Amino acid sequence: MATKKDGAKVLTANRLTDGIAVWLGAGGAWVEHLDGAFIARHAEAGAAPEETAPRAPAHNLVLDIAGVDIEERDGRPYPLRLRERIRAEGPTVRRDLGKQAQDRAAMAA
Amino acid sequence: MYRYDEFDRDFVTGRVDQFRDQVARRLTGELAEDAFKPLRLMNGVYLQLHAYMLRVAIPYGTLSSRQMRRLAYIARVYDKGYGHFTTRQNIQFNWPALIDTPRILEELAQVEMHAIQTSGNCIRNVTADHFAGAAADEVADPRPYAEILRQWSSLHPEFSFLPRKFKIAVTGAERDRAAIQVHDIGLHLKRGQDGSLGFAVHVGGGQGRTPMVAKKIRDFLPEQHLLSYVTAIMRVYNLHGRRDNKYKARIKILVHETGADELARQVEAEWEALRDGELRLPASDIEAIRTYFAPPALPDRAEGWAVLAVQKRDDPAFAAWVNRNVTPHRHPDYACVTISLKPIGGIPGDATDDQMEAVADIAERLAFDEIRVTHEQNLVLPHVALADLKAVYDALVPHDLATANAGLVTDIIACPGLDYCALANARSIPVAQQLSQRFADAARQEEIGELKIKISGCINACGHHHVGHIGILGVEKKGEELYQITLGGSGDETTSIGEIIGPGFGPDTIVDAVETLVDAYLSLRLSRDETFLAAVRRLGLAPFRAALYESAKEAA
Repeated sequence: MATKKDGAKVLTANRLTDGIAVWLGAGGAWVEHLDGAFIARHAEAGAAPEETAPRAPAHNLVLDIAGVDIEERDGRPYPLRLRERIRAEGPTVRRDLGKQAQDRAAMAA
Repeated sequence: MYRYDEFDRDFVTGRVDQFRDQVARRLTGELAEDAFKPLRLMNGVYLQLHAYMLRVAIPYGTLSSRQMRRLAYIARVYDKGYGHFTTRQNIQFNWPALIDTPRILEELAQVEMHAIQTSGNCIRNVTADHFAGAAADEVADPRPYAEILRQWSSLHPEFSFLPRKFKIAVTGAERDRAAIQVHDIGLHLKRGQDGSLGFAVHVGGGQGRTPMVAKKIRDFLPEQHLLSYVTAIMRVYNLHGRRDNKYKARIKILVHETGADELARQVEAEWEALRDGELRLPASDIEAIRTYFAPPALPDRAEGWAVLAVQKRDDPAFAAWVNRNVTPHRHPDYACVTISLKPIGGIPGDATDDQMEAVADIAERLAFDEIRVTHEQNLVLPHVALADLKAVYDALVPHDLATANAGLVTDIIACPGLDYCALANARSIPVAQQLSQRFADAARQEEIGELKIKISGCINACGHHHVGHIGILGVEKKGEELYQITLGGSGDETTSIGEIIGPGFGPDTIVDAVETLVDAYLSLRLSRDETFLAAVRRLGLAPFRAALYESAKEAA
């Protein structure tokens, strides 16, 4: 999916071993939660994760790497497309599954 | 039912070993994703939004209790405690890890199941009437022919890289419960004038972005010519199908562009060269396969008639379930039972591991160990004695499996949609859930009568919206979900493609819109005997369009 030229972005992929959605973190590692994603706020910064991407397959950790358009809400990344919001949270019809379930479990703990 | 012979067992086990090696090489990086992706897809492993997805083939939708228990076990151990029964009579697991998939396939192979040809441009799982071998209106059981086609098409070297995927459906009754006219090939098993068995052959039906009703190219094909004739069709398609454009690559486009008469001529010419060769089926081979599908010995249970009458009188909920979910069996003392996977507000087609085990137990105890998966995302027990219906019902109730809504407005087909699927543009399941809740009242559902709502989250139409009496297609418009409504579609022996009624509706208004259409029907129908579909066919879309958009104008 093509992303907008301007605007903030994060980089996403699916983890090879289990297919779970992950995002590229500031430290260069793939993280399991969107909140931990490195936000590229302008075109130059956006180039940084895009450049990281081609190296990732060589590391053989993830697949289907793609940029995601986001805006920042309360300092947190908020994907513009519903598809990416659902990837980041889990099925809207099963709140007990996916990332959202882990968030709930953490809140309850 | 069919049992693997030594060849089948070796073939499937060998395939698991091969895939285990491929996964291991992928994990070490020896195989890159580009090389691995077609290999995993050939074994049913997709990548979806949240995780991998494994699609397991259920040939012609037939399962034993042992197989159903194994599916439950896989759901519990390797997934998140549930599976999703699909519109191709298959099951999908939504959360398997890649590293577990060889082990899962091994578990499946132990119960004579696999995931081969559940993806890719090959001949997919052959589907059949879910009441096959049991229905009162059936000429003969279509499943032996589906099994012959399965064996013939499995890893068929000539047809493993077709222009596009290829779907075959078979029915053995005049009443088409397998939607054969929206398949690449639809086979209608019937008797010829001399009493022999053969097929009416329909070609070039399909849904997706260019929905088409199949054309009948042969009225009667004697059964011994099944493989030679289907091979002739495949060869014409393989040669002339549009490989230049993915969206025009299905055989329906070839039939449309070539013309049914010319295509039939080409098929017949190809067939002339094949018909008396090695593909001609010896009667003994057909008979050998047919014996696998011999119906269970059904002892007379005439006491069921009186017992059932009393039980229905004493328990109105049971009576409602019998009236709605129980259909005639060819043996008068027996019936076919539809187990609804559409509880009010539930996710169409989803079943938990516990529910799968409950169905397996009931089938083993009371239904001759046979279970079917329907393309309408329900389950069926094809052989239940009338005298045992109450016991079956009582066993289903605690597992939320006794919803009396087969064929009614809440018996909705929905694809996984944007909640799971990487191809989807909009969510399907929440729309189905809200509609189910809106029409939850059982008396209202009965008043409305037969009404098939089918929902797809993208133009690929896995939710069969084109053949819904009311079809709903989710699209993405300006970043928002928008739902288009079609009316008048049908997937039975009177197959038709629904027509778009007008501008779409947002997620907050789609349920109201459907309710407006249903209310319009209730006010327009001639009597309770005129179904929603019949009313749309009689009246056209105009009065429904007026009801829908004029009421919206008033509200604005």
